[in-house]
Amino acid sequence: MTMAAAYALELSGVEKRFGATEIIRGVSLGIARGERHAIIGPNGAGKSTLFNLISGRYAPTRGSIRLDGEEIAGARPFAINRRGLARSFQVTNIFPRLSVFENLRCSVLWSLGYRYCFWRNADALRDAGECALATLEHIGLTARRDEAAGVLTYAEQRALEIGITIAGGAQVILLDEPTAGMSRGEADQAVALIRRVSEGRTLVIVEHDMSVVFGLANRISVLVYGEIIATDAPERIRDNAAVQAAYLGTLPDA
Amino acid sequence: MSGATAAGEHGARSAVPGRRTWRLLAAVALLVALPYLPGFQSDFGRSLLTQMAIAAVFALSFNLLFGQTGLLSFGHAVYFGLGGYAAIGLMRAINHGLPLPMLAVPLAGAAGGLLAGAVFGAVTTRRAGTIFALISLGVGELVYAATFMLPGIFGGEEGITASRTRATVDFGFPLGSQLQVYYAVLLWTVAAALAMYAFTRTPAGRMCNAVRDNPERAEFIGYNTQRVRFIAFAMAGLFAGLAGGLHAINYEIVSADAVSAQRSGTVLIMAYIGGAAYFIGPILGAIVITWLQSSLSDYTSAWLLYLGVFFIVMILYAPSGLAGLIVMHRRVARPRALAGVLAAYGIALVPLALMAGGAILAIEMGYRLSTQPELGTRMRLLWMPLDAASPSPWIVAAVALVGGLLLFRAVVPVVASAWERAAARA
Repeated sequence: MTMAAAYALELSGVEKRFGATEIIRGVSLGIARGERHAIIGPNGAGKSTLFNLISGRYAPTRGSIRLDGEEIAGARPFAINRRGLARSFQVTNIFPRLSVFENLRCSVLWSLGYRYCFWRNADALRDAGECALATLEHIGLTARRDEAAGVLTYAEQRALEIGITIAGGAQVILLDEPTAGMSRGEADQAVALIRRVSEGRTLVIVEHDMSVVFGLANRISVLVYGEIIATDAPERIRDNAAVQAAYLGTLPDA
Repeated sequence: MSGATAAGEHGARSAVPGRRTWRLLAAVALLVALPYLPGFQSDFGRSLLTQMAIAAVFALSFNLLFGQTGLLSFGHAVYFGLGGYAAIGLMRAINHGLPLPMLAVPLAGAAGGLLAGAVFGAVTTRRAGTIFALISLGVGELVYAATFMLPGIFGGEEGITASRTRATVDFGFPLGSQLQVYYAVLLWTVAAALAMYAFTRTPAGRMCNAVRDNPERAEFIGYNTQRVRFIAFAMAGLFAGLAGGLHAINYEIVSADAVSAQRSGTVLIMAYIGGAAYFIGPILGAIVITWLQSSLSDYTSAWLLYLGVFFIVMILYAPSGLAGLIVMHRRVARPRALAGVLAAYGIALVPLALMAGGAILAIEMGYRLSTQPELGTRMRLLWMPLDAASPSPWIVAAVALVGGLLLFRAVVPVVASAWERAAARA
C-alpha cells in the first residue's frame, strides 16, 4: 500500500477549462475513508463541475484524481462507477418509464456481475431482486415499487435518485445537492436517509443548505472561483475569516 | 401509460404465474387453427396469414431497437434483406444437394442478419438519437445501391431465386403448399417472438429500457451505453434476418426491394401504429398494415394515400398505438362503465362516417382525374355511378366533410364526459 491509498478519494492539481474559461483552478483535496465531506461555495464556484470531473462526465484539463490510490482522471463514467464510485445529480436523473423497483434493480446489475448477460431472466436473479428490495426499503419507497418512476412526487424522486446511487454498493458516494427544492421537513428526512445510507462509506456532498451541511459533514471544503480556500472541521470553517468574507455573513451563527 | 405497463409487469408476474402461459397456449392454438377458418382456407388467405407472421417477426425485431432501446432506425430492412439473401443462398445450396432441410433456412437468415447487424452496428451504435437515425438512413441507401452494383452477389434487378421444394432431406416436413409454408413460418414466428420477449427480460434487455429512458444515468450505474445499444442492434439484426429468411422461403425470391427504404418505412409504421411501448404492439401493427396492404389495394389504387392518412391520424390522436388503445379501454372494461363509452362512440361514429365518406369521395374523384385520365371521368364508387367532371358529387363531398367535421366537434364533449364517468366508475 502506497501513501496515496490512505485516501478514499484524492485530487491533486485538478484543473478544468472550457475554452478560455477556467472553471476549476488547481484543486487538491484528500478525503479519508469513511469521511462525510461537504463542499460548499457560492453559485458558480464550480462545485458541480468538480463532481463531473470526479465522476467522469468531463475529463480534467490537468491534474490527477485517484480513487483508492488508482488514477481515474479522464476515465469514462461507467469505468469509474465499476471501481466503486457512484454519484447522484442535482437535477433528478432517473429512468422515468421504468418502475421504481426496476430503477433500483438496474442499478445493482453490474455490481452483482450480471454485466450484459442476455441469457438469464432478470426476475430469476434472486440477489438482484433482494438488493433492489432492500434499497427500496432503505429509501422508504416500498409502497411505490410498481409505479413508473416518472409519476413519483418530487421528494420521492429525490429519494429514488439517492437509491439509484447507493444501490450498487459503491464505497464512495457523491451527492450533488440532494435536498435541492425540498421543504424543511422533506430535507430533514433526506438528511436522515443520507446519514443511514452513508454509514460505513465515504460521502462527498455538495449542498447549499447550511443546516444540512453542518448536520452531516465531518469536514467541509469551501470552493470559491474554482479554488478551495479552506478545508476544515465544521466549527472551524464557521470561524474562518476568508470563508466569512466569501459568504459575506450568510453562514448561520448558531 | 407505457410506463404503467412496464411498471405493472413485475407485480402481475409474481401474482398469477399460470395465466400468461394459458393465454399463450390459447393464442398458439388459434394460430394453428387459423388456416382452416372461413376466409383463410384459400391459398390467398393462407398467404396473407404467412405474410402477417413474417411482418410480425420483422416488426418485433424493429421494436427491439425503437420501443425497447429508443433507437429510431430508418434502415432496418437492410438486416431483413441481407438475412433474406443469406437464406436464399442456403436454399440454392440445398437445391444443389446440400443435405439440410428447408425448415433450417431461416437460421441462415438469422446468421446473416446477425452478422450484418454486428458489422454495421459496430459503427452506427456509437451514437444515439438523431445521428443514429441519419446514419441508419445512410446505411440503408448504401446497401440498396450495393444490391445493384454487385449483381454477382445480389442478382441485380431480377434478384436471386431458389426453390423451396427441391431438397434431399425434409424429415417429413416438406415445404410445398402454402399451408405447409404457413406452419413452418408460424413455428419460427412463435419461437422468435418468445425469444425476443425473453431477451427483453434479461439483464441486457432491462438495460436496453434503462438506456432508452436515460442513457446518461445508465453510464453512472456501470453500463457502457454504446455496448448496450450494440447488443440491441445485433439482436434486432438477428431477428430481422430471420424474418428475411422466412420471406425467402415464402416467395422463393429475394431482390433489392427486400432492403429498400420503403420496407424500412413500412416496418416503422407497423411498430408505431401497433404501439411501440408495448411488446405485442408491433404484432398488431404488422397484422393490420399487412391486411390493409393486401385488401385495400384491391379496392382502390389510392390505398397508399389512405395508409398515410391512417398513420398520421394515429400519430396525432393515438400515439400509444393500437395496443395503447386496447390497454386504455381495458381499464374501463367493466360492463356498465364500458356501455356508456360505447354508446358515446356510436354517436361519434355518425359524423366520423360522414367525414370519411366525404373525404373518400373527394380523394377517389381527385385520384381519377389526376392520375388516371385515360379511364374517363365516369366512375363508380361502391354502388354509386358518378361523374367526377360534374360539380354535384364535389359539392356532396364538401358538404359531408365540413358538416361531419362540425358535427364531430359538437360530439367530442359527449365522448369526453362518457369517458370521465367510466373512469370514475372503474
